[in-house]
Amino acid sequence: MPNKGKILLSLDHTKLILKRFALELIEKHQSFDETAIIGLQPRGIELANALRLEIENLIGRSIKFGELDHTFFRDDIGRGEIHIPKPSKINFSTESLNIIIVDDVLFTGRSVRSAIDAVMSFGRPKRIELLVLVERLFERELPIKPDYYGVLVDSRNTNNYVRVEWEASNEVQVWLLENKDHE
Amino acid sequence: MSKNVHHLLGIKGLEKGQIETILDTATNFSELLQAPVKKTPALRDITIANLFFENSTRTRVSFELAEKRLGADIINFSSSSSSVKKGETLIDTVNNILSMKVDMVVMRHPAPGACLFLSKHINAQIVNAGDGTHEHPTQALLDAFSIKQKLGDISGKKVVIVGDIKHSRVALSNIYCLKMLGAEVMVCGPATLIPKHIEKLGVKISYNLDEALKWCDVANMLRIQLERQDQRFFPSLREYSTLYGLDLNRLNKLDKEITIMHPGPINRGVEISSDVADSQHSIILQQVENGVAVRMSVLFLLAQHKL
Repeated sequence: MPNKGKILLSLDHTKLILKRFALELIEKHQSFDETAIIGLQPRGIELANALRLEIENLIGRSIKFGELDHTFFRDDIGRGEIHIPKPSKINFSTESLNIIIVDDVLFTGRSVRSAIDAVMSFGRPKRIELLVLVERLFERELPIKPDYYGVLVDSRNTNNYVRVEWEASNEVQVWLLENKDHE
Repeated sequence: MSKNVHHLLGIKGLEKGQIETILDTATNFSELLQAPVKKTPALRDITIANLFFENSTRTRVSFELAEKRLGADIINFSSSSSSVKKGETLIDTVNNILSMKVDMVVMRHPAPGACLFLSKHINAQIVNAGDGTHEHPTQALLDAFSIKQKLGDISGKKVVIVGDIKHSRVALSNIYCLKMLGAEVMVCGPATLIPKHIEKLGVKISYNLDEALKWCDVANMLRIQLERQDQRFFPSLREYSTLYGLDLNRLNKLDKEITIMHPGPINRGVEISSDVADSQHSIILQQVENGVAVRMSVLFLLAQHKL
């Protein structure tokens, strides 16, 4: 448990956000017949799962769901940090589907860029949308914006970072931490 | 290449955890190779030279495909059509190629230790694609991957390697790799083709194929390497085939199913009969298929200096 931070989102607040996400997505995608939710490895999976449960409760049936690892599509292979892939579980073609990429924090946008490439390797989707719990403002290194976000954080010129911790699929704490070295 | 240079010279230099990382990462690549788009740009800024000083079909095509699937730039070189024929030394040949900014060298060479030698003298990452009778690490890795894929696990499984153990780099790399992953290994063949003291590597020895087959879960059949034999090690191929060739009769005598492997190229009717090579017991073509994913994994991890 981090010790030098403040809580960005309380549990109740996060639950409200999840509910809002679910309602927004249903409003736009309705039956989810042509829509799939894809969580990004490693930290987007819990959020994507919680969101899937929320949506399935509301519409009363199961939806297409996948887990995506985008390691092989990163732009920083061999540049210091070592990346070991985690499994991708996508048992459907993304051809002609609406894909909602889900991740916990949107920071530089580079992971999302590689995730878009990775999704494309499973077929040509009709549309790709991005959903994140925390949108870190002014930190983007690529022209990428979320279609849905939970909360905005401005941590320009600080060494702060955001950590999302899941205990169960619906129990989440979101922290703003002061020092990157904590990770 | 300024950082600590890492190579894949043999299985012997690897730790168990590294082998497991290679096999796990290969699983990801194997899934990727089933997707409609089979390419990734992971190694797009890396140039790889494939230097083959000895004939090869599978390994060469497999490495080339793995490199292309990873988006690397590649150069192919074979000694038969090069200046090696004009008397150039190995180091000079390689250094000339490297001066054109090559990051990795995949090399097959008839001399055992050629890759180790090269790694000490040049500034690039070396991947051993077979050095004489010494090691063929990627073959052992893809064999381990194929056994794991077929049987679920390698630990505790009994694997017999049959044939020309003495001249086989596949046998040595397989013994190191399988032992490290917890398998029991036996070698089987005529006494003249089993190296002295091989039991020091922790393997069992059998001179009787039927007994070995009864014992094993997996049989890896090796080719007789006539090109490396400067004397006769057995009276005739016909006798070898009678005593150590695997045919359907031998398999049918067993009261269990075993998995049949072969690193290729097959000499049909010598070490393995056609009906066995093409049977459902055989995973020979799966081995070839897995070779691409395993080599992608090795190159991907090497590029990150993970091996």
